[in-house]
Amino acid sequence: MTRMSWFNTVSLTLGFAFLYIPIVILVIYSFNESKLVTVWAGFSTKWYGELLRNDAFLNAAWVTIKVAVASSTFATVLGTMAAYVMVRGGRFFGRTLFSGMIYAPLVMPEVITGLSLLLLFIGIGLDRGVLTIILAHTTFSMCYVSVVVSSRLVTFDRSIEEAALDLGCTPSEAFRLVTLPIIAPAVISGWLLAFTLSLDDLVIASFTSGPAATTLPIKIFSAVRLGVSPEINALSTIMIAIVATGVITTSLISKRQVIRQRREEQEAERS
Amino acid sequence: MRRFILIFVPYVWLIALFLIPFAMVLKIALSDIAISIPPYVPQFDWAEGIRAFLAQLDLENFTWLTQDDLYWKAYLSSLRIAVIATTFTLLIGYPIAYAMARAPTEWRPTLMMLIILPFWTSFLIRVYAWMGILSNEGILNQFLMWTGLISDPLVILNTNTAVYIGIVYTYLPFMILPIYSALERLDASLIEAAEDLGCSRFSAFWLVTIPLSKTGIIAGSFLVFIPTLGEFVIPSLLGGSDTLMIGKVLWEEFFSNRDWPVASAVAVILLLLLVVPIVLFQRNQQKQQEAEQ
Repeated sequence: MTRMSWFNTVSLTLGFAFLYIPIVILVIYSFNESKLVTVWAGFSTKWYGELLRNDAFLNAAWVTIKVAVASSTFATVLGTMAAYVMVRGGRFFGRTLFSGMIYAPLVMPEVITGLSLLLLFIGIGLDRGVLTIILAHTTFSMCYVSVVVSSRLVTFDRSIEEAALDLGCTPSEAFRLVTLPIIAPAVISGWLLAFTLSLDDLVIASFTSGPAATTLPIKIFSAVRLGVSPEINALSTIMIAIVATGVITTSLISKRQVIRQRREEQEAERS
Repeated sequence: MRRFILIFVPYVWLIALFLIPFAMVLKIALSDIAISIPPYVPQFDWAEGIRAFLAQLDLENFTWLTQDDLYWKAYLSSLRIAVIATTFTLLIGYPIAYAMARAPTEWRPTLMMLIILPFWTSFLIRVYAWMGILSNEGILNQFLMWTGLISDPLVILNTNTAVYIGIVYTYLPFMILPIYSALERLDASLIEAAEDLGCSRFSAFWLVTIPLSKTGIIAGSFLVFIPTLGEFVIPSLLGGSDTLMIGKVLWEEFFSNRDWPVASAVAVILLLLLVVPIVLFQRNQQKQQEAEQ
């Protein structure tokens, strides 16, 4: 079983080629001198320069980052609360409705979520802008956060928490000193997930944003509708580089943590 | 008190920003279009009470949807595209998941990360990447003409073929991961036993491996099928003007035609269409959880 068969090697190679070649091509053509994306005319970084001078893109990027930081933070707080309620809350009035509302947005088509939120904002007379996008993003990403956090809470050994309470902690101290550090990795990955969901979202943002606030995906979408442009390739390359660095760093850190934890556990067992 | 706040805050948030907006979609789906802002005449006034509501209830938008065959075609074509794309994703994803589960143990975390990594990068960018590849002067056509396989460029961009490619590409990780986790749990000695008992390699695969990975296959298929049905970005960037999908129709009704009541009615029907696959998916997940316990 240690040696890969011929067939498996081929399917893995083809599979990863299919996943990565389009991205590699996109990156390569961002360094193309020519305006025509399909004709290679020599290496150049001029599109990155153009991008940095393009105020519309920079403004949109700034709006996107503000929205993503705010909405993922709210979503993490609300989602962690919701997860805690789902796993530890016991019985309360309307529990089924509550869990339904947590899971429904995960399968709801974005066009419907966007449309419904827009109707609400218009109904209550809230001007569409940065605030409405933050509200919309918080709502759908808190559900993702609560799924991630509750899967960690389920496997959590409750007796540790009870021990802290027995040893004189108040409930909030026990949460802060015991529960939170243990579920922290799940909370952090929930935040990261909410952050990328917000960064990436086009459909819900299009419905809930007004003329005053344009996010990067909206900007990219309207540019891309007219066809391929090297500036978008440059922008995509920057975004891919940031995400790839982030994902690889966090996975390396968490891998190192797992190894350290395992070593500590082994040492504890030995002594 | 603490417990009350803990329950109350997320509960109220979800009611205010999920349940109520949803009720408003229903309400506007039953309203008449009007040229004003907001462009609809509300059909329901809370003060008038339920009886008045039922009296003036108006399914006009829904009747209209059934009369105009654009919508019928859009529903059927969304279903068809989602079924075909899910099948392709399964056929391409299964061998990859299988190979991952058979790879040396120390490789698996890296392979997993390589599958998940594209999922973290922007969906929009991944769809956009194909525009440059599939266009008439795109890389694919340049390559095929260079090899001499074709003499005239193939028209792929702005057709349904491009939509299938886009869906398979963006949703492949959703198919691979559940199948991989089912296959990884599979006890290799079962296949050896089947082969010892005279099964050929292929029939051992067909009679043992496939049935044992069934839950993964079902989960993966629904994870691709459900979001594909309401997809908007892929058909609007890669598809042509003849590519009909409900998500795109809803968007155009809303942003181009500014017909909010019809857009809402389309949303309600899209949701009704989704109920069946979602319930089936839920049941599959429950069965899987019970099997694990």
